[in-house]
Amino acid sequence: MGEVMDRRPYVREMPKSWWLGQRRYTFYMVRELTCLFIGAYALVILVGLFRLSQGPVAYGAFVDALQGPFAIAFHLLALVFALFHTVTWFGLTPKAMPLRLGEKTVPGTAIIVAHYAVWFVVSATLLLVARA
Amino acid sequence: MSEPVLELEVLRYRPETDQDPVFQTYTVPYNSDWVVLDALTHIKDNIDRTLSFRWSCHMAVCGSCGVMINGEPKLSCHTFLRDYYPGKVRVEPLTNFPIERDLVTVADDFMEKLASVKPYVITEEDRPVSAGEHLQSPADLNSFKQYTMCINCMLCYAACPQMGLTPDFVGPAALALAHRYNLDTRDAGREERQEIAASNEGVWDCTFVGACSQVCPKAVDPAAAIQQTKIASTVDWYKALLPWGK
Amino acid sequence: MAKSNKPIVWSLFAGGGMIAAFVLPAMIFITGLAVPMGLLLENALAYDRMLALVGNPIGKLVLFGVIFLSLWHAAHRLRMTLHDLGIRSGRVAMLACYGVAGLASIAAAVVLLSI
Repeated sequence: MGEVMDRRPYVREMPKSWWLGQRRYTFYMVRELTCLFIGAYALVILVGLFRLSQGPVAYGAFVDALQGPFAIAFHLLALVFALFHTVTWFGLTPKAMPLRLGEKTVPGTAIIVAHYAVWFVVSATLLLVARA
Repeated sequence: MSEPVLELEVLRYRPETDQDPVFQTYTVPYNSDWVVLDALTHIKDNIDRTLSFRWSCHMAVCGSCGVMINGEPKLSCHTFLRDYYPGKVRVEPLTNFPIERDLVTVADDFMEKLASVKPYVITEEDRPVSAGEHLQSPADLNSFKQYTMCINCMLCYAACPQMGLTPDFVGPAALALAHRYNLDTRDAGREERQEIAASNEGVWDCTFVGACSQVCPKAVDPAAAIQQTKIASTVDWYKALLPWGK
Repeated sequence: MAKSNKPIVWSLFAGGGMIAAFVLPAMIFITGLAVPMGLLLENALAYDRMLALVGNPIGKLVLFGVIFLSLWHAAHRLRMTLHDLGIRSGRVAMLACYGVAGLASIAAAVVLLSI
């Protein structure tokens, strides 16, 4: 028999930049960072409601401020990230909520398509109400 | 004409001499039918017999030969050189595991986590053999069949960033197997498994990166199992609030 | 092992993610782009219309739901992401994320009830 060797397991540290190394991790990080825009937009609505509670003059100033280039740029970015959130969120629904009808498993794409159908109806309704 | 060759960079770690792991480059004959495990075996047989790596079945069933190949967790018996040739192939031990030696990792922590979720059928009462087969319909089997394909190769643990960030996380394969037995119509052990699966170190450490399912060589979907367990555990939690719940 | 209270945090995160996925793209488009840029919807955010919307109890409830759930979703996701990025002081990150979401939600409730 050979001699017994000392064990010295080597632990590799995870680099802080782990999410930059591989496309799937970078994609994940972008998906997670959509939350910054979701949260910021919720705060914009909150400010709008606060200005609304202060009367027509204050509210008018808020609506005017939305026309500034910074506000437009923010909302453009927020729209892109919100859409990315919608696409990635719907894309994962079949995993979280698989559906079985009797003995058959409903295909994942059907679950995703159903979400988009509802999304389309909700979005169209909001736009129509806004136009009315 | 010279025979085609391929360069293999292998991470070496010899605890008795190496302070840190170092890459060593080997030049092996290129054969389009070879998998990475064949190249490693060629090195051990003909170039450097000190190289250590695990393998057993050579047919993607035993789950022993998982390594990082060019940064991606893969079974070395299931990864062809031709997919990389004429480029280099870089082989490292699985990420998120301590290195025992060369490509061999320490899997004790995984084994403990796996055992902790009781991955076997638990019945209400002991069933004697004389009770006969414990019947199940094909439809019931289908509801969890994919999870039974797990070979405990730990590729999902290497792919999961949360394993690296939160080492106490129970992890993809163990949680997928807990789900597999919870879904089994013959099983009555869910409550025991929930002690682990629904704990803080259970499904809640998962952020649905989804890499576990992408790297699985047997098409198991641990990410799905974990999300479904989150939802079921949430339903349990709210049910317990009801006066007639629990 | 201790019983986890993560389900309540997570269910609000998941609910917020679902609500945000369904309504936020259209809302951002309307309030942040279409109206300010004068694309067909000039009157959508008119003072009287908004007052009528918020004056309606159902309108209040829906707006509160969207704000609260979106904020909670964002707070929880940001907290997990800060952890991913190596910010390990869990308590500070937790207080900052959930604290801002909680205070802003209370503010939203107060403002909505005052109108």
